[in-house]
Amino acid sequence: MHLTKEEEKILDGEQGEVPARMLRLLSRLGDIYGADGMIPVGSVQVAGVSYKSIGDPGTEFLEDMAKKGAKVQVLTYLNPAGMDLENWKEYGFPSDFAENQLRIMNAFKEMGIVITATCTPYLAGNLPRFREHIAWSESSAVSFSNSVIGARTNREGGPSALAAAIIGRTPNYGLHLDENRVPTVLVDVSAEMDYMADFGALGYHVGKQVKNKIPYFKGLGSPNTDQLKALGAAMAASGAVALYHAEGITPEAHMQDTSGLDTISVGTEELKATYDTLNTGDMPDIVILGCPHASLREISTLANEVKGKSLKKPVWICTSRVMKEASDRMGFTEIIEDAGGHVVADTCMVVSPIEQMGYSTTAVNTGKGANYLPGFCKQSVVFNNVHELIRRVTE
Amino acid sequence: MNGRIINPGQAEGEAIVSREPIGFYGGIDPKTGIVIEKGHELEGQSVTGKVLVFPCGKGSTVGSYVIYGLSANKVGPAAIVNKETETIVATGVILAGMPCVDGIDIDQINTGDRLKVDADSGTVEKL
Repeated sequence: MHLTKEEEKILDGEQGEVPARMLRLLSRLGDIYGADGMIPVGSVQVAGVSYKSIGDPGTEFLEDMAKKGAKVQVLTYLNPAGMDLENWKEYGFPSDFAENQLRIMNAFKEMGIVITATCTPYLAGNLPRFREHIAWSESSAVSFSNSVIGARTNREGGPSALAAAIIGRTPNYGLHLDENRVPTVLVDVSAEMDYMADFGALGYHVGKQVKNKIPYFKGLGSPNTDQLKALGAAMAASGAVALYHAEGITPEAHMQDTSGLDTISVGTEELKATYDTLNTGDMPDIVILGCPHASLREISTLANEVKGKSLKKPVWICTSRVMKEASDRMGFTEIIEDAGGHVVADTCMVVSPIEQMGYSTTAVNTGKGANYLPGFCKQSVVFNNVHELIRRVTE
Repeated sequence: MNGRIINPGQAEGEAIVSREPIGFYGGIDPKTGIVIEKGHELEGQSVTGKVLVFPCGKGSTVGSYVIYGLSANKVGPAAIVNKETETIVATGVILAGMPCVDGIDIDQINTGDRLKVDADSGTVEKL
């Protein structure tokens, strides 16, 4: 991979040990993937934040980086942490876990990273523009920014995203290049799509089949951004879809040629079969919404569903701190808490230690959560739309 | 044997060879350097101070941090030699500053061989 004179100097240690090592990492990854050179990035989102995910090795690495004076060059956000960073005690997160999680957050903050921990940075103050190069990590955020916004990012690992933040650049390969953003499979949807859960089920079904291809959707109707978020998140979880196009909906769709592509048809029957596959449990111990992190609209929908009711099981809706503050101000949080639920910020069910907190069956409304909970958190899953899930824990 | 430089540096040591891929996260204990993956051909053996030879990495991306941890805890291998280094191992050896070369015909190396790894020039030599 070609390096500029300036980059060569960084590699030779002119700016110190940390930038040299970070640039070596980027340049080696660039070699492995056949990049021609480096390109500047507008923003970064770093994964590998939860203590549950990175453990002691990751924690010690980040503390060492911070101690050596590593600083980020561009706007950098974080993936969700393993707990609500303010109300962890109240929600029952173990205190030894909390202690390690706070060490991680301090290390990131020392490096100049905004410790807004969310899988929806675009809803919390980190919004890239169309065709902007970025280096993001979390798979649903990567899908949303590539597909719905039309920004450009590969799916970065934790260290490669951190390196991009410290250098302000990323190797130019993969989804940064026009020729790698063309659709490779057509998905024709005839099923009626009403709830976010329907989009999650569709995404789960398609992702399983297409793996890391680039789907082009027809027949999605007129989904809102929450539904597109659910679709992309599920495809990234059950497959490795980092970019999709949707006719008349996403910004690059009209530039694409879909002639000659294999077609996958998804009707009511396929959607129903996916609901059956995802449901592995019966009565939930807990309902967790907000995977990826809920928008204010999703929080208000939940507030409407639970208003004046009494929940028989815990209900969490996970979101970013930014959305939670808006929810507090609008009184949604109070309505949800009065019913017995919680608006939990900074974390999510997949990266929090729910299996250590006494839960074994979790109900969700998103395909991504349903995909990861059995493996990561040893949970049986109840999958349905929010209206149906709330009915089951209030009647 | 000539290969590609993944991370520069030089090391000499006894080879420990795995014919199957290695997943570092949950595969090797970063505190002891002992292979802990159940049923792995190297289970129970220590990689500390040896030249660890395997085809490629596998599994969780947290494996990069485990390679770093092995090195930080001074129980890591002296060097890594691969058939093809993928991103998890590449990231790990660069974070750890561990010599690593890939593109090597590892079928010619056996456990117990004495190896000289010159990752500054991308060569691996049997002594």
